[in-house]
Amino acid sequence: MNTLLLGSTLAQSGFPAPMSEITLAHYLVVSAIMFTLGLIGFLTRRNLIVMFLCTELMFQASGIALIAFSRFHLLYTGQTFVIFVLTVAAAEAAMALALVVLLFRRKESLDAEAWKDMQG
Amino acid sequence: MTNWAEPAITSLLGAAFALADDGAHAGQAADHAGHAAHAAHVIPAAVGGASAILLVPIVTLLATIICGVLAALGNKTKLPAWISVGALAICFGAVLSVYLGFDGVPKIAYGFQWINFAWGPEGKPGHSLVADFSFYVDTLTLLWMLFVTGLAAIIALYASEYMSHDVGLGYCRFFAAFNLFVFSMACLVMGDNLLLTFLGWEGVGLCSYLLIGYFYQRKEAVAAAKKAFIINRIGDLGFILGIMSVFVAFGTLQLDPLFAMIQKGVDAGGNPIAGTWIVEVIPFLFAIGAFGKSAQIFFYVWLPDAMEGPTPVSALIHAATMVTAGVYLIARMYPIFAADEAKMALTFVAWSGAITAFWAATIEMAIFDIKRVMGYSTISQLGFMFAGLGLLTPQGAAYHTFTHAFFKATLFLGVGAVMHGFGGQLDLRRMSGVIWMKGFGLVGVAMLIGSMNLTGVPGTAGFFSKDMILAQGFSTPDSMIGGARWLGWLLLLTAGMTAYYTGRTFFRVYLGPKDFVPGNDAELIDLGRHPKGTSLEDWHAQHGHGHGHDDHASHASHASHAGHDSHGRSASDHRTATKLDFDPTTEQFDPHPPGIAMKAAIAIAMVLSVLAAIPYFMGPHGGWAAEMVNKSSASYHGPDTFNFLGITSHYAMYLISAVVGFIGLLIAAYLHGPKGWQGLFIGCRESAGVAPRADKLVGMFGPLTKAALNKYYVDEMYDAVIRTPLKVLANIFYLIDQFIVDGLVNAIGAIPKFLGKTIRPMQSGELHGYALGMAGGLAVLVLIVVLAAS
Repeated sequence: MNTLLLGSTLAQSGFPAPMSEITLAHYLVVSAIMFTLGLIGFLTRRNLIVMFLCTELMFQASGIALIAFSRFHLLYTGQTFVIFVLTVAAAEAAMALALVVLLFRRKESLDAEAWKDMQG
Repeated sequence: MTNWAEPAITSLLGAAFALADDGAHAGQAADHAGHAAHAAHVIPAAVGGASAILLVPIVTLLATIICGVLAALGNKTKLPAWISVGALAICFGAVLSVYLGFDGVPKIAYGFQWINFAWGPEGKPGHSLVADFSFYVDTLTLLWMLFVTGLAAIIALYASEYMSHDVGLGYCRFFAAFNLFVFSMACLVMGDNLLLTFLGWEGVGLCSYLLIGYFYQRKEAVAAAKKAFIINRIGDLGFILGIMSVFVAFGTLQLDPLFAMIQKGVDAGGNPIAGTWIVEVIPFLFAIGAFGKSAQIFFYVWLPDAMEGPTPVSALIHAATMVTAGVYLIARMYPIFAADEAKMALTFVAWSGAITAFWAATIEMAIFDIKRVMGYSTISQLGFMFAGLGLLTPQGAAYHTFTHAFFKATLFLGVGAVMHGFGGQLDLRRMSGVIWMKGFGLVGVAMLIGSMNLTGVPGTAGFFSKDMILAQGFSTPDSMIGGARWLGWLLLLTAGMTAYYTGRTFFRVYLGPKDFVPGNDAELIDLGRHPKGTSLEDWHAQHGHGHGHDDHASHASHASHAGHDSHGRSASDHRTATKLDFDPTTEQFDPHPPGIAMKAAIAIAMVLSVLAAIPYFMGPHGGWAAEMVNKSSASYHGPDTFNFLGITSHYAMYLISAVVGFIGLLIAAYLHGPKGWQGLFIGCRESAGVAPRADKLVGMFGPLTKAALNKYYVDEMYDAVIRTPLKVLANIFYLIDQFIVDGLVNAIGAIPKFLGKTIRPMQSGELHGYALGMAGGLAVLVLIVVLAAS
């Protein structure tokens, strides 16, 4: 407890021991996997909705990383930040979906390639 | 608001007091006049008084505005003409009343504060510019204003009928410009400062432009208007430079202090002006300005072309009044011209005038267009006036201006009546015996009177006024004006030529067998075309010009066509008639004699040109007009040294110029006169077109006549020497602008364009491409961070 009061956390003090408990590294690995999945999905899929979902995935991955770090450092700024990100993401999701609907109405297609003519 | 109104009101109120006050000055003025010898004497002007003269600009400006408003309202009556005649008559009355109550002391009639500001140390000369809208009224301005307003009223009356084929918008336009012209002329002549004079100077130029280009659908008229305007601008440059120089030298533009300083012979700083640039350069600048406006040497080319305007305009503006503005300017500025001991500028003016007079006279002897003959004769007579100014007789110049205004107006009005009556015919080979035709008697008599004046038949006004100038040519010693004697001979020769060309026109057009070919001016033809035997209705139906019969009232003045005067035309169709649709071999053409308004105006002008001789006897040495000049700042007494067989110059010149004029007339009668008494028993012409002796003579002179007929190719020369090089230069500059200036700008503009073109393909429109780019960029960033950290 004393060490806690001195500003270091359980995780930092090596408790619990790695491999037996879930540590920061686990969270970061999950976050990295999610982010990569999202990125790959975004780069490979052509369906606008799926691409949008992939961006959400990347969003949440970064959220997980933030919360993990926040917990690790016992600073709650990261968590507060994630709350904000979630709020913004919700609004952005509403807007993005509306946009997708509009785009669909224009071309009767959800294919991102359909908008290829928007070139310079 | 009250700021400027107040002085105006005070001045109006002050007028009454000034009149009472001026009695005291009058005696003083007479004393001054007694000393008048050899040099300009200037009486300081009294502020206030002569306020009635302000009616002239007010009334004319008002009439201009009313004519404009009538045009906007779509007026289709002769109302603008009657307003103009009334307004101009009021102006003449105002000038006359001021003249009758005038006591010899120059007055300043204050209108309102126009330009007035100061800078730098107060009270110092050259540190304030005062140019009020006020008039400097002395005898010289009154002399000019009397004939300007008087003739304007008469010619407005004439124009009321002459322009009647254009009733409607054009009619309003004409009279608006006409009134504006008189307003500008008033500012020019009576301006109390050179700036106001300049305003008037440009104003008359503008009105001249507007009126020359009155028939704006005719290409020649538009070109002539532009030509007059542009050539006047060149002269104006001299005038502007003169005004600026006066301000630099004297620190003021107001005439009164200016004359006082010149009389004392000092400039603004109190330094003597004799022998400095002030008296040597400034007069030349004013002379250039005067040459432009008065169509003298180099500049004369615009005036003959100005005859494209309606004849009343030619009569008023391009013969009687506006073109004498140059004479006026030099007379007004005579103190500064005379201040130069060497009289260089005056010598220049004298020679230019005499050469112009001679030059124009040679052209007149060859050309056939009677209106142009009058135009060139105006140039020639203006040359006489300038020669008079240069030969140190401003009195003679002013009197000649005065008489010339009346007799040349008479001549122009007569020519206009002929042109009006014969479908615009102006060729003197196509008309003969006009005086004997029904309804043209008065015109013929007026032309006779006018021609006698122009010729200088003893006893006429023109004889006496020309004599004053000729006599001075032989009186002024060579030591004062270089080559004065030569000028005298040149002018005398020109007087003989004047007699010849005047006689030529008169003998050919007005005397002899009745014979004519109508001109091809469709509008004017319709005034005189009434086929006999067919009813007018049929004729109209046949020609289908849509001649309305709804405005007979406006043609009441043509009632002299007893029986068939119902050729009223609606104002709108006046341009629809096609030209040259008249075939003289098959159709009947009745010369269309002038109506009551034109006849009245011609008669008044004729009587006045006869009466203009009377003032010569109203006082010594040139009479009334000379007295008017002597009482003003323009007073300068040239030497009177000429003696011929023991008699003084003027009496000697009476004899000489009478003989010269008579010889000129005899030659004209011999060459162009008809058979019988009308040709003084020495003529032999039998038809309009052929004058055997003259035609033979033309053959003898060959190329010379042809050159004179083509005005010595001066226009062509100007075209080659000035216009073409300018055009080439302009084209070169155009190319420079196109390729160097624009090229540079375009080159700079091309850089972003090129860059954009290079980068643009990156914007492929493929969403995955962008995403990949972002991911790749991120990967690179991460790589850098990781590498940097390790």
